[in-house]
Order: sequence, then C-alpha cells, then structure tokens
Amino acid sequence: MRVLEVRNLTSGYGETDILQEVSIQLHEKEIISIIGPNGAGKSTLLKTIFGILKPRQGFVRLQDEEITGLSPDRIVRKGMSYVPQVDNVFPSLTIQENLEMGAFVRTDDYRYRLREVYELFPILKERSTQKVGSLSGGQRQMVAMGRALMLDPKVLLLDEPSASLAPLLVEMIFEKIVDINKTGVAIVVVEQNARETLKISDRGYVLAMGQKVFEDTGKAILENEEVGKLYLGG
Amino acid sequence: MPELIVYGIVLGSIIALGAIGLTLVYGILRFANFAHGDLMTAGAYIALFLVTVLFPWLDIPDTTFGSLSFGWRMVLAFPIVMACVAIAAILFDRILYRPLRMKRSGPVILAMSALGASFIIRMIVLILWGADSLFYRPGVLRPAIELPHEIKIRPDQILILVTVLFLVALLYLFLKRTKMGKAMRATADNMELARVSGIDTEKVIIWTWGIGGALAAAGGVLYGIDVQLHPGMGWHFLLPLFAATILGGIGNMYGALIGALVMGVAQQVSTAYLLPTYKPAVAFMVMIIILLVRPQGIFGGGRA
Repeated sequence: MRVLEVRNLTSGYGETDILQEVSIQLHEKEIISIIGPNGAGKSTLLKTIFGILKPRQGFVRLQDEEITGLSPDRIVRKGMSYVPQVDNVFPSLTIQENLEMGAFVRTDDYRYRLREVYELFPILKERSTQKVGSLSGGQRQMVAMGRALMLDPKVLLLDEPSASLAPLLVEMIFEKIVDINKTGVAIVVVEQNARETLKISDRGYVLAMGQKVFEDTGKAILENEEVGKLYLGG
Repeated sequence: MPELIVYGIVLGSIIALGAIGLTLVYGILRFANFAHGDLMTAGAYIALFLVTVLFPWLDIPDTTFGSLSFGWRMVLAFPIVMACVAIAAILFDRILYRPLRMKRSGPVILAMSALGASFIIRMIVLILWGADSLFYRPGVLRPAIELPHEIKIRPDQILILVTVLFLVALLYLFLKRTKMGKAMRATADNMELARVSGIDTEKVIIWTWGIGGALAAAGGVLYGIDVQLHPGMGWHFLLPLFAATILGGIGNMYGALIGALVMGVAQQVSTAYLLPTYKPAVAFMVMIIILLVRPQGIFGGGRA
C-alpha cells in the first residue's frame, strides 16, 4: 500500500526552481533513498514534502490525504516526521526533554512510546537527564531520530543522517535506521553516502540538477555501472 | 559600605525582573526590546491609578500592613498590573513587531520600532500624570530596621526581595516543569526545529511577551514602592537592564539574574565615591568593559 505519493513536484527558493517535476512513491514498510550529487535538490525535495517550502506545482499525498502546501506543524499531526540535516536537536534541553518536545502535539499518555524509543536507543536512557549539547555527534543523531519517532509516525523523512559522522558511527546509524524500519515506519533517506544507503534501501531514486534521472531497486542501482559512474562517484 | 551592598541587592533584584524578560524575548525572537524599561514604567503607573483612584472609589480600605508602606490596595493591584502589562506587551507584539517580522524587516527597523513604542508609552504617562515624581503613599517616612554592620533596611525592601525571589522561583518552575515552559526553552534553542516538531511557535511567542511584560510590570511597581515614580524611570532602567543581560550572556535567564545583582550593587556602591547622578554612567561603563573583555557574557549566551 502506498503511504506517500509525490507527483510532479516543482519548488525552489526565490525565483529559481531547484526541483523540477519530481515524482516519488513510498510504500508501507519500505526504506527508499534519494541520492545524487551535491546541489541535486535532495534536501529541497524533503523540505517541500514536509511543507517547509511551498511547492509551485504538483502534489503530496500522505495515506491518500492531500497535504500539499500544509505547514509543517499540521503535517506532523498527520503522521509524518522530519529530521533536518543540521541543527536537529535542542542543545540546552536534556535528552528526555528533547523527546518530550517530539511528543508536543500528543495529548494522550505517551510514556509507552518513550519506553519504546529508549529501547531503540538504550544509551539515551542512561543519559536521559544530560543536556544534548554535551553529547557526541552520533548520540545527537540518535536524539534527533528519537525526537521524530515520538509521534509514532507512519513516515519518517531523514535528511543526511550520516553527514559529518565518523565511519564507525555511520554504520551504527544505518543499523538504527533498519531497526526503526522494522517497527513499521516507512522511511525516506536523503544521502550523500549513496552506496551505504542503497544497501539498506528497498528502492532508490537518483536526482541530478533538480530532476529524477533514475529509479530502481537499491540492489539494481548499486549494480548499474553507468549510474555508478555518473552519479555515485565511480 | 555593607549597607550600600544591601541596597544594591534590592536594586539589582528589581533590575533582574526587567532583565529576565528582556533576555527571554531576545532568546526567542533575537530582538532587543528597547521599550522594555517603559513597560516597567507602565506597570508602576497603572498601579498608581489603581491604588490612588480606582480602589478608593471602590471603597477598598487604605490600611497598611504593620510597618510596610502599603496594604490591601497594593496587594490587590499587583497581579492586576502584571496582567495588564502582559496584555500590553502582547498587543505591542501583535500590532507592531509581528507584522515587521513577517515582512522580514532588519534588526535596525525592529529596534527603531521598539524605540518608538517606548516613546509612546512614556508620552502617555506624561500626558496622564505629568512630569513630576510621584509616590504611592506620599509624605510618610518608614522606619528602618537596624541590622549588624550598621545596615539599615526598610521592611518594604525586605518584602521586595521576597517578592522577586518568589517570582523568579515561579518562573524557574514554569520553564522546567510545564509543557509550555519547555517549549519556550526549545523555541529559544531552535525555532525551526520547534516548528517541525509541531510546537505552535506563535503561541510560544505570545507567552514569552506575556511573561516578559508581567515581570517588567512587577519590577516597575516594586521600584515605585522602594523609591518613587517618574515618567522616565523605566527609560533610565534600560541601560542597567541591557548591561545585566549582556553581562549574564544574552538569552541566558540565570545569567541575567546574576548580571542584574552585579549591576545593582555596582551602581549603589559607586555612590560612595561618585555623585548618584553618575549611576547610569556606572552601568554604561560596566557594559562597555564586558563588551570589550567578554562579549559573550560571563556565562555564555543563548541558553535560557
């Protein structure tokens, strides 16, 4: 079943279109990756899906409900969460408070969800009263993902989760993404680290110059020599 | 000298009420509110209206508490004044600052509009009450309690300290324990992320102005009780307010509290060597020294 459908999306900053008529689909329980060179419009695509940028054309549907042009705080209530690439935590708040902020729009008793998120990231539970500003990059990334998961989202959008992490941590973060996915969350990952991402992805889309130039299963893209040479750096 | 230090702490605690509001607003909106001192003035004069005009008309008794210089009228007026100025601060934001923010006006435009707002408040006070110094309860000199080291302190001043401590403790609990308080700190940290987490940042902004306005009003009334009321009182507070805020690291609430106490003590102690008229100059000096030596403030900035 389709949980997210993006059709012919065009958007950008100011007068220029960065993204041109991009269409993607995400099915239940899938991980899909959006890869491509710098400046291809990957982050712009995520921001437009999440309503941070207003699309000029096209539509976004979440579980068959049109959400095109809604503001992020409305979209978050409909079951989609977003983790920005940078500045994705509240540094002066504790880990626990960061997670509580993720649950801000919830009115029910979300303690069970807090437990589940802590089960996913046990290290965060140990340090729950520590300020996030004092954590390492990998732990911050876990806080950022944990915050986004507090709403029990159907769809999770991750913008370059492995950026600026040490290689060992990159592997750990990708393992966590798979773990999150196993709990039933469909995930869209935007990544520079294309090969690692494709390994865990069901399907992938290659973006270049704001347009979708290729799509296939993760495995097929990895094996496609031409795509590898042109877009994945050899 | 010990006496001047005690008076400095009293003055500093009043400065703190203004400085905390200033730093909260700055932390969330990155906006230096030059009208903040005049919100203190507004609070002081609204209290004057209630205590000397409205409450007598309502036949609320004028008795005072023990050796304090005020009674039920002031106790009743205090929360009403805080609420009034909170609403005024929110209205200023909705009518004046928010449209400018939406237009993405630069910091200079916003600062000028705040300056304009401060003139508006001051002129309204001048029109309604004139330029003279006024008192909540004129003519009565209150006896002071003698403490060791020749410290004379009036009961009013002790109550001022208690009130400030109470308000600061209340704010601390609000920021640490309540959902809205945590959301305020989160928004000060990262407004963009607060928004994508589903936090209604406009609501947070309204709360911030409300709290800032209420605290400023409390500071104005307490200064009126301690010293006197004057249309320029809040304007003259602006310098120590900013100095305290910068000293503590702009955006840092605890820093603002400490910074305010330092400013209060520095200003009062200076009167042992300089004419009291130089008090603002002392505030200015301290501010310049901090900006030169440690511009990020003693405790670093940006964290409420």
